[in-house]
Amino acid sequence: MHSKIPDRAAAVSAAPMDPRSLRRFEDERFLMGQGRYLDDEAVPEALHATVLRSPHAHATIMSIDAQAARNLPGVKAVYTAADIADLGSLPCSLAVSNQAPLIVPPRPALAEGRVRHVGDLVAFIVAETAELAREACDLIVVDYDILPSVTELATANEPEAPEIWPQAPANLALRYRLGDEAAVAAAIERAAHVVNCRLINNRIVAAALEPRVAIGSFDEAISRYRLLLSGASVHDIRRELATALRVAPERIDVACPDVGGGFGMKNVTYPEYALVLVAAKRLGRPVRWLAERIEDFSSGAHARDNLTKGRLALGAKGRFLALQVETIANLGAYVSSLGPGSATTAPTPAMGGLYDIPAMTMDVRCVFTNTAPIDAYRGAGKPEANYLIERLIDEAAHQLRIDPAVLRKRNFIRKFPYRKPFGAVVDCGSFAANLDRVLVAADRPGFRHRRAQSRQRGLLRGFGIGCFIETARGNPNEDAWLTLRRDGSVDMAIGTQSNGQGHETSFAQVLAVQLGLPVESFRLVQGDTGRVPSGGGHGGARSLHMGGGALVLAARALIEAGRLTAAQLLQATPEAVLFRDGRYEAPGSGEVDLAMVARHHAETTGQPLLSHGSHHNAPITFPNGAQVAEVEVDPETGAVALLRYVAVDDYGTLVNPMLAAGQIHGGLAQGIGQALMEEARYDPDGGQLLSATFMDYAMPRAIDLPDFELSLMELPTKENPLGVKGAGQAGCIGAPQTVVHAILDALRPLGVTHIDMPATPARIWHAIRNARGSSAAGRPR
Amino acid sequence: MTTVNLTVNGKPVAAKIDPRTLLVQFLRENLRLTGTHVGCDTSQCGACVVHVDGHAIKACTTLAASCDGASVTTIEGLAHNGELHPMQEAFREHHGLQCGFCTPGMIMTAVDLVQRKGNHLEEHTIREELDGNICRCTGYHNIVKAIAAGAEAMAGQVSAQAAE
Repeated sequence: MHSKIPDRAAAVSAAPMDPRSLRRFEDERFLMGQGRYLDDEAVPEALHATVLRSPHAHATIMSIDAQAARNLPGVKAVYTAADIADLGSLPCSLAVSNQAPLIVPPRPALAEGRVRHVGDLVAFIVAETAELAREACDLIVVDYDILPSVTELATANEPEAPEIWPQAPANLALRYRLGDEAAVAAAIERAAHVVNCRLINNRIVAAALEPRVAIGSFDEAISRYRLLLSGASVHDIRRELATALRVAPERIDVACPDVGGGFGMKNVTYPEYALVLVAAKRLGRPVRWLAERIEDFSSGAHARDNLTKGRLALGAKGRFLALQVETIANLGAYVSSLGPGSATTAPTPAMGGLYDIPAMTMDVRCVFTNTAPIDAYRGAGKPEANYLIERLIDEAAHQLRIDPAVLRKRNFIRKFPYRKPFGAVVDCGSFAANLDRVLVAADRPGFRHRRAQSRQRGLLRGFGIGCFIETARGNPNEDAWLTLRRDGSVDMAIGTQSNGQGHETSFAQVLAVQLGLPVESFRLVQGDTGRVPSGGGHGGARSLHMGGGALVLAARALIEAGRLTAAQLLQATPEAVLFRDGRYEAPGSGEVDLAMVARHHAETTGQPLLSHGSHHNAPITFPNGAQVAEVEVDPETGAVALLRYVAVDDYGTLVNPMLAAGQIHGGLAQGIGQALMEEARYDPDGGQLLSATFMDYAMPRAIDLPDFELSLMELPTKENPLGVKGAGQAGCIGAPQTVVHAILDALRPLGVTHIDMPATPARIWHAIRNARGSSAAGRPR
Repeated sequence: MTTVNLTVNGKPVAAKIDPRTLLVQFLRENLRLTGTHVGCDTSQCGACVVHVDGHAIKACTTLAASCDGASVTTIEGLAHNGELHPMQEAFREHHGLQCGFCTPGMIMTAVDLVQRKGNHLEEHTIREELDGNICRCTGYHNIVKAIAAGAEAMAGQVSAQAAE
């Protein structure tokens, strides 16, 4: 189809052939079926738990009759809220405060008196087998008095909306305002053009392929809990559980084996984690809980879900003067671990994208609804911020009849460091060059011809441009501990957590370069509070930026730790010893390698060589890119074919280009999924979750996606010792606007000027019909 | 209880099981072959794909009892003498996996695809045939590359079916 496009070969990433693209050490066990995911763990003495969940969006619990369930032979316990009154509320770790402190209502592990979303936890059943637990679950009779519910953002903040928490009038949990309102108002007043938009950022579900799993146990002798889970942030989860259990964090060990994907939703502390621990302590046996997929849909953290009015003021020559942002953001029925950040602190540094905009304001209302709690999902806030500014720019370009690429280039940040109005300082970037490059790679000049060819087949072709800037880091602190043993092997213990990113390989590559040891020497120790003293976990594309930084510092410390021994071996003074390419050297005394120093150190002291690196208070980094999507739309059906996706992205220095490209591919698929098909939908009347399984939640399949054409630029940042910017989240930050712009470009000849995500065939078909002025078609929801 | 006799990864297995036992439960819980995964409860995700008498099936919606007399191959039975199967090797070479959870099902589906459609597979065919396997990590890009390369590499190899 694209054989005539000359630049394609040049744009296709050379990542797999790059000598840095080591194949992954972790792959063999996964390929052989030897991965150790938590449900693979046989714990013969364990009891099995299941959860009775609310079938209603909002209801008063009048009574719970669990007698028949408790009487079933083999059932060890049925807990309701009354039975676990000693368990504290699940805390929120990100209690954002702005105009007033965030309202954090209590979140008991089991609903107390009222259920607030479909899937809310009502009872916890523990039995000898999973089948028995489910049978018992079916025997519990709950008398509900159904209350009016609200799941839609558009009405949640109205005075007459059903009240979810009495302490939150009109369901308002937090008002978050930033920026110079007078400056923005003045800029709008004097602007030559003002462009407005109203955008839905659709609710989506992370849907990691491995559902949540937890196994709790309690060691009576040492009064210590142990939680094994499929999670991505063991130290944060331990801290939050300690609050709920009212014990010191040190009384809880949290550990994760191999984790089958996370994307943010596995950083969250879920009520089930507290419940397996409580049950294990009371019953004196380990208790395991495995979420069914439908439970992950109804009670796992959801994401995005906000409604934004944006306004961009432009000068006569198309220079951006001001951006005004008003958002209503869904928190769900409860405040989740990091949920309040997703629409407030997380998008703040990314607001305005990679453009020089002198004045900006943000006004965000976070509201409660009768839906599953919202929390961080890949990108968290950054996709929303970039989607907004990019959509405004494309609309402005259309209204002002300026080429959207030209309008962007007129407004890119060009001087570094650049301080954005909300304070983020962008250290480097070559945004215009990336955009030029992607337009060549995507053969923009040939598009006119391709569009004509599509038209001959009755199809509408569109070319969409989207840019993005990410703000990567997550938790600003990370530590690493190295243990170099007598046999030359190194344990690298670190507080980041890989759940598919390949840290066993990329971290080993970082250290092999620093220490001059074979890359096979390193063993990753992660995701275990018993073996790693502290850690910031997964999230925010932080692992190479924060964790890699900590590893480099730990490597330097290890070299220092070996210096005295090296000096003894070389019969030189420690000051005279230099370390280079894996060897200590002293002028006139020869050289000795690090492994030999470790061996000698172990022989003389009986101890391995140890070191610790702290990478604390690190600034954020700014991965960025320019991307192009090309689509064909069938005007008869509204179906979209995504023909090409081309990206020219900058993640700073790459450690393993193949793994970085893999991260981008996955992120792009998730962003394209959000743009084209994914949506967690609640019935606006009864509050039922309509997309609760993979049968009705539209997960992108292979056939929905094109081959991705990536070029990875490597402009290093100085904000960490490696020059890396972070690649974990970026794909889904760039893709939504790029795809939607391509669809709008295809549809504009028909008079369509707006489309919301997901741009499903039905929604596109309706948009076309409405634009043609047909009265036969109803408006899409 | 009912009795089943089957061959799993070349070894005869006999067991008395609850007749409602699913094949995936039997493999994971009775035989401790935990490479076959369960990622959903609606037969969509394909993490549970195994071969029964040489054909790919979803073990999450197959009763173990219905496989009486059959020969079952799981991901654990694909490698021979410690050598990765060419499809496994291709997934490693092309970085066709990240978290690894969908991988066993992907590989079993891929091997079946080659057996049905031959060694020279168009990318479009591969994408269409992966309708029953969901991956959330890779965006499928490298999985498609891996399957195309694995299919080529399987030409001339002892076919997986013969090995079963």
